[in-house]
Amino acid sequence: MSARAARGGFLTRVGAMIVKEFIQLRRDRVTFATMIMIPLLQLILFGYAINTTPRNLPTAVFTHENNEVSRAILAALRNTAFFAFVREVKSAEDAEHMIRSGEVLFFVEIPAGFERSLRRGETPQLLVAADATDPVGSANALAALAGVVNSALVRERFVDAPGSAAFEIVQHRRYNPAGTSQLNIVPGLLGTILTMTMLIFTALSVTREIERGTMESLLSMPIHPVEIMLGKITPYVLVGILQALLIMGAGMILFGVPLEGSAILLAVATLLFIVVNLSIGYTFSTLAQNQLQAVQMSFMFFLPSILLSGFMFPFSGMPLWAQWIGEGLPLTHYLRMVRGILLKGSGFSDLTTDAGALVVLMLVAMAIAVARFRQTLD
Amino acid sequence: MSTAAAPVLDPDVVIEVEGLSKSFGGHRVVDNLTMRVRRGQIYGFLGPNGSGKTTTIRMLCGLLTPDAGRGTCLGMDILTESRTIREHVGYMTQRFSLYQDLSVRENLEFVARLYGVPQPEAAASAALQRLGLEGRGKQLAGALSGGWKQRLALGACILPGPDLLLLDEPTAGVDPQARREFWEQIHDLAAEGLTVLVSTHYMDEAERCHEIAYIAYGKLLAQGTVQSVIAAAGLTTVTVEVKGEAGQEAGRIARDLARDLSQRAGVDMVAPFGTALHISGRDGAALEAALAPFRSDERLAFRADAPTLEDVFIDLMRRSKDELR
Ligand SMILES: Nc1ncnc2c1ncn2[C@@H]1O[C@H](COP(=O)(O)OP(=O)(O)O)[C@@H](O)[C@H]1O
Ligand SMILES: [Mg+2]
Repeated sequence: MSARAARGGFLTRVGAMIVKEFIQLRRDRVTFATMIMIPLLQLILFGYAINTTPRNLPTAVFTHENNEVSRAILAALRNTAFFAFVREVKSAEDAEHMIRSGEVLFFVEIPAGFERSLRRGETPQLLVAADATDPVGSANALAALAGVVNSALVRERFVDAPGSAAFEIVQHRRYNPAGTSQLNIVPGLLGTILTMTMLIFTALSVTREIERGTMESLLSMPIHPVEIMLGKITPYVLVGILQALLIMGAGMILFGVPLEGSAILLAVATLLFIVVNLSIGYTFSTLAQNQLQAVQMSFMFFLPSILLSGFMFPFSGMPLWAQWIGEGLPLTHYLRMVRGILLKGSGFSDLTTDAGALVVLMLVAMAIAVARFRQTLD
Repeated sequence: MSTAAAPVLDPDVVIEVEGLSKSFGGHRVVDNLTMRVRRGQIYGFLGPNGSGKTTTIRMLCGLLTPDAGRGTCLGMDILTESRTIREHVGYMTQRFSLYQDLSVRENLEFVARLYGVPQPEAAASAALQRLGLEGRGKQLAGALSGGWKQRLALGACILPGPDLLLLDEPTAGVDPQARREFWEQIHDLAAEGLTVLVSTHYMDEAERCHEIAYIAYGKLLAQGTVQSVIAAAGLTTVTVEVKGEAGQEAGRIARDLARDLSQRAGVDMVAPFGTALHISGRDGAALEAALAPFRSDERLAFRADAPTLEDVFIDLMRRSKDELR
């Protein structure tokens, strides 16, 4: 009926939508600043302030002998920065008193004949008493102790090889011998920050158009729900990539987070995770009646993500029902992947299950979003 | 709808709907509405606030699904082909619904791209020029005044070259000068062959339409040219002027007379205009009988008058309200 011959295709309309969203994003300075500030702020807060491995914990030492071995052990302990040697004590009672009064948190006793026993391979005991009222702080320091002492003794050639039971508190911790919490927290933050920002910003996108009245115009124009969704999601993919780069960059520079595995694999996993969260946020956007509801839904999703994904608490330590919920959360799978790639050097074959789970979650969310998208104002 | 005819495939009929109904929460907002709009017409859609104008327009362009009824828009079924209808219809919403945080030009380019207009930038430039908005291309749409917003919204509607315009109260809250220019533009567009359905609650705008429909409480009460609607109402109207008295006294007399007359059989409507009264009745003889006792009062001057569109609409509304009771 119309004289108009050339009608635009799918890509033209999605492109128009993307351009529009980008302009709006750019104009909304506060939102844009938030997206950049949230990752940095969180990283610094979690990385420095909320430190589950406190440093310079006051420690008393009681050495029965002064020789190479005891000096090496004390030097190694000092080097971990967990322990700050406040005082050398002359008796076990003094040390007990100092712990009880709270003057020190740790008490290290190197017993008489430790060196000789060690050289004879008699597995002597290194005594450590800890004030465990703050279990998190002491547990980490204690856990680090064994590894540190052992490697110091190996280095000084008092002991043959790492892992041989030369003395009693030997523990073998791989990936993070000093128990540096940032190494674990940075990948975790990468996941939680992406979850939060990606969810909320897309969750608002459709409800905002409805509240501002622009949805009526948009719906009266020839554009399909899938095109609207893709157009709204794409700009945020770039924002997500920017955030991920920021977090990874800061994590490497400030906290020395390693990248043991493939950078490309990390990028692919992160991209997939970003798209999953955007799809879920967009689904919320089509379900919510207004922007407030959309934000509430995002938080309802965000909280279990933090608590049950293995970010806060070790996943395998949770009850089975909680683990089942956790398996349904994208963050759980992403954390496994990103910790694996960053800290363990995992390859693609190690990650297929989690990648598959993310793909399934993404498809489910997108299907709900397109099905739920109201094409009319009814 | 037992005698529902096959859709008329007259290429000159642009909108043809029959028995459209829509309820919200059990409340009938549009009730069994039937209408027909011909190509190149400016069709005025009049009615008080809340009468169902917006709801009807939304059903025409597929934004709302009718509960009952059927119809075609540009020869396409409004129930099954609303996606295709959207490509050929420009819909200007009652509330400004372009993006306030996009500039004037960005809004126009967005619309051009969604409709697949070739060279969207050029199309936007052309539209800016046509709208007299050249200097304001970079301004945010949200920062425009009411009149300019309305101009921009209309410009965005006609940019993709639609065959039908649906304009929902486009002149609400716009100053008289801008209103006049707006109507000139509408007439130019109609002269080029565009069909325009425009809703309004300004009576004077009805006179600018080729045909009008009047809707109240969701029911279409009258349809046709302004003259035919007035004639069909069959109202007899008499104007009574109070003479030779001081303003205040004249006002008092007019008020007493109005109160007295409105009680009488045969008088259906009394509307004061300063010191004059506009008195209408459906039955000319009964109206005359009611007025007869006052004819001798020399303070009053009687004059036979033609009913205005407003008289007709108010009468129609009252009658339909009575029927609802
Ligand atoms: N989406 C909706 N939900 C519930 N009620 C509605 C909705 N849209 C319109 N209405 C009601 O329907 C009636 C007619 O509205 P509308 O079509 O907007 O009238 P008009 O445009 O003539 O002012 C009003 O009473 C309004 O409150
Ligand atoms: Mg309305």
